[in-house]
Amino acid sequence: MKPTLAALALTTALTVPGLGHARPVTFTATLNDYGGNGAYLAFYVTDPSGAYVGSLWMAGRKSGYYQHLTGWYQATGGDPAQIDGITGASVGAGRTLKITLDLADTLMDAGYTLHVDAAAENLRESPNDVTVPLTAAGAGQTVAGRRYVAAFSYQM
Amino acid sequence: MLRSLHRWPGLLALALVTLLALSGAALSVFPAAERLAAPGAVPGQTVGALLARVAAANPGVEEIARSPAGRITADWTTAGGPVSMVIDPASGRAVGPAVPDRLHRWLVNLHRSLFLGDAGRIAAAAGAAALLLLVGTGAVMVARRAGGWRRWFAPVRGGQAGRWHVQAARLTLPGLVFSALTGLWMTAATFDLLPQGAPTRQTFAPGTGGNALAATAVADLRVLTLPDPGSAGGTIRLTTVAGSGTVDPASGALLSWTAPGRWQQLAEAVAALHSGRGAAVLGLVLGLMALGVPVMGGTGVALWLGRRRGHPRVRANAPAGRAETVILVGSDSGSTWGFAAALHRALTAAGQSVHLGAMSAFAPARYAMARRILILTATTGDGAEPASARGFLDRLARAEPLAIPLAILGFGDRSFPQFCGYAEAVAAAATARGWARLIPFDTVDRQSPQDFGRWGRALGDAIGLPLDLAHQPVRPVSHRLVLVSRRDYGAEVQAPTAILRFALPRVPLWRRLTGRGFGRFAAGDLLGIAPEGSAVPRFYSLASGTADGFVEIVVRKHPGGLCSGQLLALAPGDGIAAFLRPNPGFRPDAGAAPLILIGAGSGIGPLAGFIRANRAGRAVHLFFGLRHPDSDFLYAEELTEWQLEGRLARLCTAVSRGARPHHVQDALRQEAAQVARLIRDGARIMVCGGRGMAGGVAEALAEILAPLGLSPAALRAEGRYVEDVY
Repeated sequence: MKPTLAALALTTALTVPGLGHARPVTFTATLNDYGGNGAYLAFYVTDPSGAYVGSLWMAGRKSGYYQHLTGWYQATGGDPAQIDGITGASVGAGRTLKITLDLADTLMDAGYTLHVDAAAENLRESPNDVTVPLTAAGAGQTVAGRRYVAAFSYQM
Repeated sequence: MLRSLHRWPGLLALALVTLLALSGAALSVFPAAERLAAPGAVPGQTVGALLARVAAANPGVEEIARSPAGRITADWTTAGGPVSMVIDPASGRAVGPAVPDRLHRWLVNLHRSLFLGDAGRIAAAAGAAALLLLVGTGAVMVARRAGGWRRWFAPVRGGQAGRWHVQAARLTLPGLVFSALTGLWMTAATFDLLPQGAPTRQTFAPGTGGNALAATAVADLRVLTLPDPGSAGGTIRLTTVAGSGTVDPASGALLSWTAPGRWQQLAEAVAALHSGRGAAVLGLVLGLMALGVPVMGGTGVALWLGRRRGHPRVRANAPAGRAETVILVGSDSGSTWGFAAALHRALTAAGQSVHLGAMSAFAPARYAMARRILILTATTGDGAEPASARGFLDRLARAEPLAIPLAILGFGDRSFPQFCGYAEAVAAAATARGWARLIPFDTVDRQSPQDFGRWGRALGDAIGLPLDLAHQPVRPVSHRLVLVSRRDYGAEVQAPTAILRFALPRVPLWRRLTGRGFGRFAAGDLLGIAPEGSAVPRFYSLASGTADGFVEIVVRKHPGGLCSGQLLALAPGDGIAAFLRPNPGFRPDAGAAPLILIGAGSGIGPLAGFIRANRAGRAVHLFFGLRHPDSDFLYAEELTEWQLEGRLARLCTAVSRGARPHHVQDALRQEAAQVARLIRDGARIMVCGGRGMAGGVAEALAEILAPLGLSPAALRAEGRYVEDVY
């Protein structure tokens, strides 16, 4: 999957003046074989104080299940406007999700943190399965998630 | 119409609905199995107490969850990664790993989406909707056939497949409706088609929320998530059956609480009931009822195939609007269709364009090109319209008569009192409405090819076409019956008579289900026997029902009688070929009013069968005419026994040989006062025997009834006076 979306244009808090100061960033998340139905993943960003800034991607289309992405749900109250136009299919066990988004330059190296919440039907919820600072140096480094994500990285 | 609405969706959705039902039935076992396998709950245990035990036994526990079936699991992270264990709530210790059940997940995905994602969910919902349609149309058909919704549980008659179909439907209908409706509801909820309802959220100042962990019973727990030790100031997240909230880990005090909206609660309840989560017994019942679907699917296909065999396919059937000849058929069991198809073939071969249809589809306004209408109709046992002629007389009465002539041919059996009664009614109604007649009204007795050929020649003469109608009706499949025992009577009084008892034939299940079994029968139904050397079957009233476990008839030897001669020559172990013919018009009704049974000679056969089946002890009065008590007192021993058992209230015999010759009608007159009283109390009269005896009985009853202001004709119209006369 390789949608190139102006995520920052869609989620207000991530918009910065001048779309020219943006660059494509590719996020890659590979799930482990957790033995369940397709997992829902919420990608969102918090600022240095820990406050929710905006959403980057929602893997999973049934809004009824969003409450199980507890970190994202608490931050947004499940507001569908937060993920309008940046929603895709859920990700099966053992599968890899790859998304490319145009991210504002100002998000990099400014203390912002990327969170990935994960949940799968009848299995344990995993808020903050991945939390990584958004830094230029962190790009290309692979980290392991806590429960569902076996390997996560982002490339600029 | 209703049948098509049942049959075609049923056949189309058969595979899908069966798949849903079987997967649903398999899934229904899981909640019960999980409940049985889970370590025993501790009565009255609170979440706080459980947490203390689990945390003590498993340092680093991150989450505790309880499944609706009562299984408690705890999660934590080891050096090797996250682990999930089943917990014994009494000790807090892990008893084994909580492995996700792959079979269960596979079944769930099959059941709700056929592994096809959203498209599959819509297909499954369509299957549930089809099931509702089938249940609805089927229920109306069952009620109609039983004679009203109040008689919903009335015994079913007919072929094996039909009975299984209806029985399964009656038993499983509530479960199927419930499962289909809740399933549709769940699909609607998944696709956000239902209102969400706003959750209510409360926050509590420190010290005002109460100790949530001590106040919540483990039975209400869903998930308890402990704060991440890495991040300071975290809270416990508590989710129960009522909602979810945050809890201060130090004090256990509730900080905030969110309760889902009404619609959300309803959706959860519906999902729990549909899947049996937290309601294992209900789930098992629903699963068991779901098994009715494959049963009804199989028997439904068998019924459809059986009906197709009964209705011959017609080649080149012209549309009603373009046919020169319109053939309309009134048929109950399908045999008249065979004759009509032969007529269609012959006329088509003679160059005519012919339309063949059911009488119930009578629509003269559409017959734009028609030059004649030919009506072929049977008559049901009680003289009423056959199934495919439903509503014909009403349509005939409303329609403007056309300028084209009609020909009417009745099919029937002269041994029935209402021989071609419906066909005659149609003929009379058509004449009254001013329809011209192409050829005179005629009848075909017992599917006689000769009668049919004769009528065909008359028709051919009238329309100027040489018609050779050859139709050999397909005889019902005969079964070989083996004689078990015989009891002989009456030789001394020149009326050799025998009670012949045959074993029930053994028929493989598949043949029974496809309508080729021997069939179920009750006393009063007819046994058709074609003697060797003749193609025409003779019919004998049955003196037993399926429940008795044998086939019994009473046969009197007629001088020179081919069939009775062969039957009376049978020795135990010998066999004959026979088939059943239902005789619904001659059956005791389901009521509790007294029964007056009147019979003479071999006519006692079905009456004895009724008494034998009278386990409910209904007041039965038997008037039996015989020649001499020492010679032809059929069923003498049984009748005494049945009186002792309460199956027969009173036996009154009339002996015709001896010093004072006496017939049943004389016995009736002698007991006139009692007979009159019984009839006033609503008694039903059933007469079986020779034509002469029946006439004498009717005369005697007319005398007895006159003072009451009643007549045999009036009782007959009410269905309280029925005869089986030969």
